[in-house]
Amino acid sequence: MLEIEIDGQKLEVPDGSTVMDAANRLGLHIPHFCYHKKLSIAANCRMCLVQVERAPKPLPACATPVTNGMKVQTHSEQAVTAQKGVMEFLLINHPLDCPICDQGGECQLQDLAVGYGASSSRYQEEKRVVMNKNLGPLISTDMTRCIHCTRCVRFGQEIAGVMELGMANRGEHSEIMTFVGHTVDSELSGNMIDLCPVGALTSKPFRYSARTWELSRRKTVSPHDSLGSNLIVQVKHDEVKRVLPLENEDVNECWISDRDRFSYEALNGEERLTKPMIKQNGQWLEVDWQTALEYAASSLRRVTDEHGAGKVGMLAAPYATVEELYLGAQLMRGLGGGSIDTRLRQSDFGLDGKLSGTPWLGMKIADVSKLNAALVVGSFLRKDHPLLAQRLRQAARRGTRVSALGVSGEDWLMTTHARVTVAPSQLAAELAGLVKAAADIRGVAAPAAAASASVSDAARRIAQSLIDDGARAIFLGAVVQQHAQAAGLHALAQELARLTGATLGYLGEGANSVGAAVVGAQTGLNPQQMFAGDLRACVLLHAEPELDAANPAAAVEALKRADTVIVMSPFKTGLDYADCLLPVSPFTETSGTFVSIEGRIQSFHAVVRPKGETRPAWKVLRVLGSMLELGGFRFDSSEQVRDEALSGATGWLPEYKLGNTASDVACATPAAVEGLQRVADFPIYRNDALARRAPALAATRDSAVPSARISTGTAQAAGLATAKRVRVRSAAGACELDLTLDDTVPASCVRVSAGWPQTAPLGALSGTLNVEAV
Amino acid sequence: MNAPENPQAILLAGLDGDNTWGIEHYIKRGGYSALRKILESGMTPEQIIAEVKKSDLRGRGGAGFPTGLKWSFMPRQFPMDKYVVCNSDEGEPGTFKDRDLLRYNPHLVIEGMAIAGYVMGCTRGYNYIHGEIFSLYQRFEEALAEARAAGFIGKNILGKGFDFDLFAHHGWGAYICGEETALLESIEGKKGQPRFKPPFPASHGLYGKPTTINNTETFAAIPWIINNGGEAFQALGKPNNGGTKIFSVSGHVNRPGVYEIPLGTPFSTLLEMCGGMRGGRKLKAVIPGGSSAPVLPGDIMMDCTMDYDSISKAGSMLGSGAVIVMDETTCMVKSLERLSYFYHEESCGQCTPCREGTGWLYRMVHRIEHGQGRPDDLDTLDNVASNIAGRTICALGDAAAFPVKSFIKHFRSEFEYHVEHKHCLVPVDVQREGSRIYVEHAAC
Repeated sequence: MLEIEIDGQKLEVPDGSTVMDAANRLGLHIPHFCYHKKLSIAANCRMCLVQVERAPKPLPACATPVTNGMKVQTHSEQAVTAQKGVMEFLLINHPLDCPICDQGGECQLQDLAVGYGASSSRYQEEKRVVMNKNLGPLISTDMTRCIHCTRCVRFGQEIAGVMELGMANRGEHSEIMTFVGHTVDSELSGNMIDLCPVGALTSKPFRYSARTWELSRRKTVSPHDSLGSNLIVQVKHDEVKRVLPLENEDVNECWISDRDRFSYEALNGEERLTKPMIKQNGQWLEVDWQTALEYAASSLRRVTDEHGAGKVGMLAAPYATVEELYLGAQLMRGLGGGSIDTRLRQSDFGLDGKLSGTPWLGMKIADVSKLNAALVVGSFLRKDHPLLAQRLRQAARRGTRVSALGVSGEDWLMTTHARVTVAPSQLAAELAGLVKAAADIRGVAAPAAAASASVSDAARRIAQSLIDDGARAIFLGAVVQQHAQAAGLHALAQELARLTGATLGYLGEGANSVGAAVVGAQTGLNPQQMFAGDLRACVLLHAEPELDAANPAAAVEALKRADTVIVMSPFKTGLDYADCLLPVSPFTETSGTFVSIEGRIQSFHAVVRPKGETRPAWKVLRVLGSMLELGGFRFDSSEQVRDEALSGATGWLPEYKLGNTASDVACATPAAVEGLQRVADFPIYRNDALARRAPALAATRDSAVPSARISTGTAQAAGLATAKRVRVRSAAGACELDLTLDDTVPASCVRVSAGWPQTAPLGALSGTLNVEAV
Repeated sequence: MNAPENPQAILLAGLDGDNTWGIEHYIKRGGYSALRKILESGMTPEQIIAEVKKSDLRGRGGAGFPTGLKWSFMPRQFPMDKYVVCNSDEGEPGTFKDRDLLRYNPHLVIEGMAIAGYVMGCTRGYNYIHGEIFSLYQRFEEALAEARAAGFIGKNILGKGFDFDLFAHHGWGAYICGEETALLESIEGKKGQPRFKPPFPASHGLYGKPTTINNTETFAAIPWIINNGGEAFQALGKPNNGGTKIFSVSGHVNRPGVYEIPLGTPFSTLLEMCGGMRGGRKLKAVIPGGSSAPVLPGDIMMDCTMDYDSISKAGSMLGSGAVIVMDETTCMVKSLERLSYFYHEESCGQCTPCREGTGWLYRMVHRIEHGQGRPDDLDTLDNVASNIAGRTICALGDAAAFPVKSFIKHFRSEFEYHVEHKHCLVPVDVQREGSRIYVEHAAC
């Protein structure tokens, strides 16, 4: 510990602290621009110059290490003169037209200029003008305002893992820019807007639509991934204008992904459903709620009466709230045995009833940072879990050995210990190899399923990293969960965890997949059985099976066959198979609760009034339950629903409800597959109803029209090396796509993204595809 | 080199003739004997550092830091890679001493670096040579090939189990890469921008490893010290200012050029060696240590001796020993405009005061020179320069500020005359006459 005195206040700080750290601990504010607690120290803005006893000149607080007995003055004449001098330099070439700057009112330069700037400028020369840059659809630039703090550059290098912005040229000609002709495509790029202390980088969708002081700030939770990122939603005139991170060091730190940030555009979009609608004689009619609810209730009652509740099902998105799912489950149960599920993308349900609890991350999110080794199996990590990827990236920078076993060699923008990329059918063989390797290292006999597995060098490396001391974990991603051998792969991973001592965890999809399991929203028939069986009545809660089902083609077929399909969604969706549309609130317009993958219970309030005649889904379900005269719908508030659903738990789910240990599940055996196998991902902005409808996100490179991606070698072997456009056929259907050569795709595979109408005819997410040039 | 032999020279001695840069000529002059002496006598690094400390050798790049002390900072026992780097990125207006060292005596630098490598336990060295005179880089590469072939660098040097390899690296003309940490960034393949210190290169240098950076001339002095002893070297100069120093003299003298003289030699003697003032005109001002050193009026300068302490006492710096001599035909405003333009153009743009301030300084001086000065400009200039000095990451900010402050301090009346009369105190035809040599050159 070192002793330091700042402005007369003494304190002790740990070795290696800087003067800025010490001042922060004292709650003293030292003006700064380039310093950011999550970024490396640049010391280039020079705003934080302070007077240090015995130093001949002022020193930057952000970069000066504390020495024992150091005495610092932050407001002495020397310090303030230096700070004012720097402020003058920053302002000479900065436009002094705050009223027309989008950053006005939330600009660090503006704020500090009040304290450290002069009332008029001594600078009489011509000001510098810098050309604006096109950074893509999310970030707007006003580069003349840039003060070259390089926060955006460092963010890219250190947090996003890719240096998309850099400072080119020298001296006064220095400019922040991308590599010639490139845009900023990181899935975390929006954070650069927050980091930019001036109006150089601002939000393109938000640009000039409101002033910061007109906006009210309301807390909520992101519905997009299972992390449960904390958000600040900024609202004006009952419209969401902007979404910013709410700092929570244990969850999202001070970041959010672009999906969290920009999906709000969909909330105000034209696709919003604002009035209940009923289809009569093939025509959609807008009706009042009473009519719509009576129609829905009587349809459900009629089907139940005629066919039994076993033919009634509800499919909800994994980002429906705890309250919605609980009441949905009540409704299905009340009808006498209806089914409800949220796992539309899953195709193997062999783990149902065999797990020790609800599958979850296996640890706290914050503990991911403390891992010594991690193996991520079958995940499009950066796109599925942008912030968890970021956390692992930081951990990897500090020495965590992150390994990957998956079906795509896409760059995770972090140092990986070992990477194994194989066709989906080979995941079982590779996992078995890992199990064998672990057993060999431990000197015990490998389980029967892995006894004859071949062990690669990479497998040995990974197994060793999972055995070495320290915290270590195995995470199963979406590819495993959606795999046709999901249960068997789980069994293998569980063996690996047992042999290595690593914690087994799931990277769940959707903001509330854990909550859904806990409140019983996965009961009765599973989605596959519903679609394969004779489903007569179906309620869709936020879900869009035409894009989200494991087999969209089959799902749509089943829904078209049903007598009644009631869609509860904020959007006009399912028009060709539904007969009743009920406008329900998206996450911003309802109170609710999400349970994240770490079991964290986070409740939130509505941040805006429901749009048009939209109603919170939990209220709609409550009314439906009452109309159907079912018991258990007497709730006055969503809090009451939550308390009953979660048995009064707040803060965290009780640990006994969570568990990733399966019993009596056979390990998967490698399946021999002939032909090209499909690798299917859900692109980051095609992953849920909200993101799909956000125009700015739709304009990003991640939303590029899907193509058939194939490695160069496989293309040559298949005679497709020169093909530009191909016809892709599966057992279910066919579509025509552009062919892209992509060497991150494993051999004998073709990657065709799901979540797009263009590729929906192909049906199942796995299986073989026939690809021929057009 | 074909210059008159200078009896006082040690670094530039014996260079009269052809191909003095070749290894044969160098060995004939006694080259590589210091390296041989060390390896064969088993002189320990500690002994060598003690010798260098005794010599009072101070860094020849500009800062004048005692070399022996700098070498002793290196964690010799550090088990990983360590580097020794030579800074030959001589880019400051007025400096051209390393140019001649590298052009005529490159093996001296190689030998000095190899000894430094031996002392600090480095197995790898880099010589960063500026790219403007590309032939220097090419010649150094040739010298490296010769030294490698002769076994003076590489594996198992002179069969004594000492490994040291040396590489040349050239810049592309950015002045800032002469700043030692920017130079390291540049070698690493990054944009040449100074690093914030601490950590200093001795603990976190090239590729994050302990690194010692010295000037070309500093390394060149090492073999002589080894051969003749630190005390002998010290005795050449004066206390705290050991040895000889190469001065590059430019400006209004009859024979501008490179002169090696013992430290402590009176400026007047140096001026005589240069053949005196051109056309017998009066000495007006001298920048004694390269363009970043404060300017001194001629009369102050005539009382100085050429060493670190004397020049420092007079209010300037010996710097790299680039002596810029100005006679009475010089317009000080125009001179400052030229200097300020240089720093404006060469600022790396990383930190605020230098990026923004150098342009402001230049524009103000430019205005004054072009008859658009305002009465309060001089105070603003001085104040802006003060706001840059000492507030930047590296010394370029200081280098930009010192000339401005010193020009105004010593020649304020000339600036005031410019502002008031919208033209120069020195008539333009007199200025032209003073620079006649250049005009004539331009004509032919």
